[in-house]
Amino acid sequence: MKKLAVAAVLSVSVAAPSVADETANLVLNGETQITVRADAPAHVDGLSEIISGWVFRSDETQALQMDDFDNPGMIFVDEARDTWNEASGEAGESCASCHGEPESMAGVRPVYPKWNEEAGEVRTLAMQINDCRETRMEAEPWGYTSGAMANMEALISSVSRGMTINVAIDGPVAATYAAGEELYYTRTGQLELSCASCHEQNYGNYIRADHLSQGHINGFPVYRLKNAKLNTVHARFKGCVRDTRAETFSPGSPEFVALELYVASRGNGLSVEGPSVRN
Amino acid sequence: MAENVKPRVRVPGTASAGEVITIKTLISHTMESGQRKDDDGNTIPRSIINRFVVDFNGENVIDVQLEPAISTNPFFEFQATVPESGTFNFTWYDDDGSVYTEAKDITVS
Repeated sequence: MKKLAVAAVLSVSVAAPSVADETANLVLNGETQITVRADAPAHVDGLSEIISGWVFRSDETQALQMDDFDNPGMIFVDEARDTWNEASGEAGESCASCHGEPESMAGVRPVYPKWNEEAGEVRTLAMQINDCRETRMEAEPWGYTSGAMANMEALISSVSRGMTINVAIDGPVAATYAAGEELYYTRTGQLELSCASCHEQNYGNYIRADHLSQGHINGFPVYRLKNAKLNTVHARFKGCVRDTRAETFSPGSPEFVALELYVASRGNGLSVEGPSVRN
Repeated sequence: MAENVKPRVRVPGTASAGEVITIKTLISHTMESGQRKDDDGNTIPRSIINRFVVDFNGENVIDVQLEPAISTNPFFEFQATVPESGTFNFTWYDDDGSVYTEAKDITVS
């Protein structure tokens, strides 16, 4: 007689605001070390220590990111893996035609946004992906914050997890960096809040029910429990600016590109985490 | 026909006899409840995984009936005691008649 004891657990997590363990360390799949605390880069005056948004989340949310099987963002990485190998557009090329395996993209995510010498502009990862689609593949560009774009960004990010964010702020990007910094400290909307109001001066505090992080973007694209999908940096920016009751810039606009460069550089020293899990 | 349906299963490769192991399963599925309407006001038809069954060497382990309130990409985690080496068979039944299967071997030493 076979003995087969079974306990099926359908866990329904209740969103009780539990206090995050602020000393926890993040290791992915028991092997990839993630830096969640580091000294602030020299160019960031308002912070002494930079802390990943993962630290501010509840234990349950933190745990979801520690194992790829539990991380719902990895479903979308898998989808992007299929897309990676699919030919699309007039040229009949796929991502794989030029780049081979997605793992060849390791090291890309930590340095974006960055200067593109040929085009003479600062490019985000999304802009670069769409340039590939239009120029090389002769395919329709993806919407800047679309699902397909978020998935591909997640795939490219996932192969760089554990690498240290290192976004250049000098040389040809200096003007963009300055514009981004300006935007970061500019109060907008009826509530007259700047990015710094929450994420520099009040991180660790609650704004109503939300535990404010430092607003680093090393974990993007982010799987959010509130909408059960991957969220892109510019969609998040838009949401934040909207919450100050301001008219927002458009995703992909020069303003948001500059802001992305600046905010990314504030996280220089943290690890790439995307796709991360947040609430 | 639901799109992008992909079952995923994690079972340890080895176990000692009588050990309690943790099994995790996930199937990517939209789990359309049948309660929502599209932009034109038409009801989006229900399309969910309605049953999930796990067998071990022909013996039933769990048999779950899923309802429309279960959210997208249903994830199940459960424990089982394995008495001997064998194969876990996982089966998901879709509203549209599709059946998705996955199998994992486990060696008991």
